[in-house]
Amino acid sequence: MNKETLQYQDVAVGDKLPPLEIDISSSLIIGAAIASRDFTPVHHDKKAAQECGLPDVFMNILTSNGFMGRFVTDWAGPESTVKGIDIKLGAPNLPGFVMTVTGEVTAKNDDTGVVEVGVMGENNVWGMHMGGSVRIELPKSDQQGEV
Amino acid sequence: MTPEERKAFEDKVHAYVGREVNAPQKGKDDVNKAMIRHWAEVMGDENPAYTDEEYAAKSSKGGIIAPPSMLQIWSMEGYPMAHNPSQDVQRELHNVFDEHGFAGVLGTNTSAEYYRDLRPGDEVHAHTVIDKISEQKATQRGIGYFIETVTNFTDQNDEAVGKIIFRVLKFTPNDSNDATGGDDSDDGMPEAPTRIASPRGHDNKWWWDAVDEGKVLIQRCKSCQTLRHPPRPMCGECQSIEWDSIESTLDGEVFSFTELHYPKFPGYQYPLVCAVISLGEGTRIISNIVGCEPEDVYIGMKVKGKVEQVDEKTMLPQFYPAD
Ligand SMILES: [Zn+2]
Repeated sequence: MNKETLQYQDVAVGDKLPPLEIDISSSLIIGAAIASRDFTPVHHDKKAAQECGLPDVFMNILTSNGFMGRFVTDWAGPESTVKGIDIKLGAPNLPGFVMTVTGEVTAKNDDTGVVEVGVMGENNVWGMHMGGSVRIELPKSDQQGEV
Repeated sequence: MTPEERKAFEDKVHAYVGREVNAPQKGKDDVNKAMIRHWAEVMGDENPAYTDEEYAAKSSKGGIIAPPSMLQIWSMEGYPMAHNPSQDVQRELHNVFDEHGFAGVLGTNTSAEYYRDLRPGDEVHAHTVIDKISEQKATQRGIGYFIETVTNFTDQNDEAVGKIIFRVLKFTPNDSNDATGGDDSDDGMPEAPTRIASPRGHDNKWWWDAVDEGKVLIQRCKSCQTLRHPPRPMCGECQSIEWDSIESTLDGEVFSFTELHYPKFPGYQYPLVCAVISLGEGTRIISNIVGCEPEDVYIGMKVKGKVEQVDEKTMLPQFYPAD
């Protein structure tokens, strides 16, 4: 992750974020479901997932949402503030898949210092897993540019 | 369901709109460092604002904060979800859908707003209301209804700290829908979807069969010799239904093209350039341009085609830059 927080004025619409590749394993799916206190059986019990028509346990929404946030703060740095996450879910993430997360700055709000990042997570087997946007506030350095 | 039954059912579920799922509830755990660290550990999140006390204290955060995406986590029911989930109003509503054949459930999207960073010691209270139920919709998954719930989160001072809108689809699963239920291979991994199989009907099967043999044929009218593509039963010039075919040399040039970006279809290689090619013989064919960057393709570009195997079961003509 980037430990130097980006300044609002250093970011431009169209800037691309460094892609993030996530190896999806049973350990990740189950570990993250439990760490998010989501004990719904389909996220930790393969048999329960199969009864729902999927071959194996699948990633819960809180984890996908968490990766949306992490992907953007990895880029923005630790003094940024996540203000909102919109996520639309597509095909499930299963053990053995690799999800590649990509993103691009889509809007800036000069009044609030909030930057909107469009984010897409695609897995290598079924395609689009998640898409949406993250709104993140970046610090504004007061040296220049503000009157 | 008869129209009357459907109306009775819809009236019954719409009566749930506006009802609270449960009274405002305080999360079982207040925001705390241990749960933050456990979550950051699994997520591979190295943000020092979440776990490095020394860093966080010196930063503009002034101390450890919780990842904002944890907001809902503070209000989760926990282990009872596995065996004995609480029978709240939302589950009661889902049961009504289940009883009427809409047994499938799928989270489709969420929209979260975080009003402030949460810190260890903060309480999180959640209050969830059933906000909307859509009209009946035909979706890819099957026929169903979208249910939208809104959860407002407050802290120990009754100040709002965030809001999450959560949308689920309750649906009757399509029998034919196996978009995500591919066959298991030996190692238990579902198979990646391949390209859409070419539709082979009475009038065009011969053309695809030739492609399988590595040849691209062009249909020729037996009475006036006019060439035509794609295959069809009658000559547009003289209305003859007698025809034979010639083999194309696959020399051509780009008549028009486009690059497909979104949505990405599983089984296809990207970048994906689709082009209309004017063949030397005079007919046009739709195909892909490969072997160069999309930026290098232009109208009038000379191309040379080859019939190639593009996945386990598909032979297709593809066109390369000619020089
Ligand atoms: Zn003819």
